[in-house]
Amino acid sequence: MNYLSQIAFVLVLAIAGYFLAKRIKEIRGNILLGKDVDRSDRKSERMKSMLLVAFGQKKMFKKMIPAFLHLLIYVGFLVINLEVLEFIIDGLVGTHRIFAGPLGDAYTVALNIFEFLAIAVIFSCVVFLIRRNILKVDRFSGIEMKSWPKLDANLILVIEIILMFAILTMNATDQILQTRPDANYTQTGTMVFSATLIPMFDGLSTTGLIITERIAWWFHIIGIFAFAIYVTYSKHLHIFMAFPNTYYANLNLKGEMNNMDEVTNEVKAMLGVGGASTEPPAEISRFGAKDATDLNWVNLMNSYACTECGRCTQQCPANMTGKKLSPRKIMMDTRDRIDEIGKTGGDDGKSLLGDYITKEEINACTSCNACVEACPVNIDPLSIILQLRRYVVMEESSAPQSWNSMFSNIETNFAPWKFPPTDRFKWANDLKTEEKE
Amino acid sequence: MNTENIQVPTMAEMASKGEQPEVLFWVGCAGSFDDRYKKVTKAFVKILNKVGVKFAVLGEEETCTGDPARRAGNEFLFQMQAMSNIQVLDGYGVKRIVTACPHCFNTLKNEYPALGGNYEVVHHSQFLQELIDEGKVRVKEGGGFKGRKITFHDSCFLGRANNVYEAPRKVLESLDAELVEMKRCRTKGLCCGAGGAQMFKDAEPGNKEVNIERTEEALDTGASVIASGCPFCMTMLSDGVKNKEKESSVEVKDIAELIAEAEDLV
Repeated sequence: MNYLSQIAFVLVLAIAGYFLAKRIKEIRGNILLGKDVDRSDRKSERMKSMLLVAFGQKKMFKKMIPAFLHLLIYVGFLVINLEVLEFIIDGLVGTHRIFAGPLGDAYTVALNIFEFLAIAVIFSCVVFLIRRNILKVDRFSGIEMKSWPKLDANLILVIEIILMFAILTMNATDQILQTRPDANYTQTGTMVFSATLIPMFDGLSTTGLIITERIAWWFHIIGIFAFAIYVTYSKHLHIFMAFPNTYYANLNLKGEMNNMDEVTNEVKAMLGVGGASTEPPAEISRFGAKDATDLNWVNLMNSYACTECGRCTQQCPANMTGKKLSPRKIMMDTRDRIDEIGKTGGDDGKSLLGDYITKEEINACTSCNACVEACPVNIDPLSIILQLRRYVVMEESSAPQSWNSMFSNIETNFAPWKFPPTDRFKWANDLKTEEKE
Repeated sequence: MNTENIQVPTMAEMASKGEQPEVLFWVGCAGSFDDRYKKVTKAFVKILNKVGVKFAVLGEEETCTGDPARRAGNEFLFQMQAMSNIQVLDGYGVKRIVTACPHCFNTLKNEYPALGGNYEVVHHSQFLQELIDEGKVRVKEGGGFKGRKITFHDSCFLGRANNVYEAPRKVLESLDAELVEMKRCRTKGLCCGAGGAQMFKDAEPGNKEVNIERTEEALDTGASVIASGCPFCMTMLSDGVKNKEKESSVEVKDIAELIAEAEDLV
């Protein structure tokens, strides 16, 4: 009988492992469809940023209530996963609560901490469900927050609550079984939170209790494996992606737009400035970005790290004044598109710009960096917007007419306004004549 | 001050005399052509004259840094501008640049190095703070601003883009006025609506203009002066104040103008 459950466990573990590995490979492959960008420098600064922002949740604390509740879930997730280690060993070896013996009293303390965190997670998830569905916090709505994104958010919260209840049920029935001499269960000491559930199961026979305990055990561990796979299709992927995302994030000042070196060479040649490379220019597929594969891999990784929390969109001046731009939608569109390209190869006649993101959206951006500042995991939606604009101007020449006028003013008058360059220094004369008056 | 002695030397003049200024004042297009911002240029020049900073301007040799072209997506035009500006700047051996435009500041400081232009670039708020710290600018008893409420609007290109939040506030504090903050300030500051080349086209359809939203927030502080350090912000906020018909009671002023006013230079 015991061997049977061990075999079953190995099978479950193998299936979960297979699907998880397949999904990780897919996502990694999709991210690597992006253009290369070097982020191998400043390693200690990157490590520090990752520790502070992802591990330390630093940017979450701009909003105290969600930060605190999120911290409970986050700590709960990290710590309760230690218990999963015991689950896996027990499952593989066929033991029951293998850590109980060696840890002794410390095991009781640890289990009580786990249970406290389980309660904290349930509490936070319930509050989050209320915020989303009853209080209807503004940033959880918006044109991009329909159907799947909305369902995804609620599903995660409900699944987490159910998984936590499975742990508590398991511990409650286990505690009753410890008092039944015929069951011969390992003594764990009192687990105070699940003990409150004991009256619910007290009337069950020993066999009934064993079955309930086992169902809860299997439900919890299969639930966790299933959740791990589900996460890779969900916005909840941020629990993993937040780490590489903060590590590889742009460390330069936010104001700096990246230089297009492929343009530099041509401009140097045009101006006859020294230093223009004599080598024939490398094949430049496209100026700026039209589709998701024209973006760099950090942009694509960003899209998988997005939690759809909407802090970017909430802070966006264009969005808050009713324009169509939503930085969150930019990230979600990018992810949807690169997912699609990963499946179809991208030869579907569609592109990120046009089929997902419209010019009206990108034209509304003031490049104020509020979205970049707001993101708790250092996502940079502005980078994508600016690359799309480069495509519109340099490949399609279809910028708004007033921008084209601005360009030609700069070209002919060296100022964005139509003033003759000879008038540029007139203010100095004005200054002297004004003073004389 | 003796009005006839105001000097605005150009780099060309200085070079012909074999001299090198301490700092190049990069005026910017708005500072050169926009009637409102020309007043800021003049105020800053007066302060430089008063303090005796050895400065120069490029005059007619100055051209757009390329910022609006780049933000709108025209990388070619940006680099054309940048490279010819770098040639001029390097030709004069410029080391240090001060500018009253956060867009010029950001581009010269952060984006020219990739094209070979390396200068120490400061925003005029930082420069003014230096002068105050060195005791070269000392506002007498608040210069008439004592007790007045002033609110500072963070320019995105100065604040979030370059983390310059304190220098303009330090400058305003020297006026001995009451500095009141808007609900959204510093890292959370709300854009005026003009960055990212929005200055040069109409806004996309929406239900409100960004500058109106921001002006309402500024007016909510009860301040009689909205201080800014950016030509775009100045235009947007001035328009906002006019739209709210508050121009008789609320002024939009650049920090350089406030210092010049306090110093009796205007």
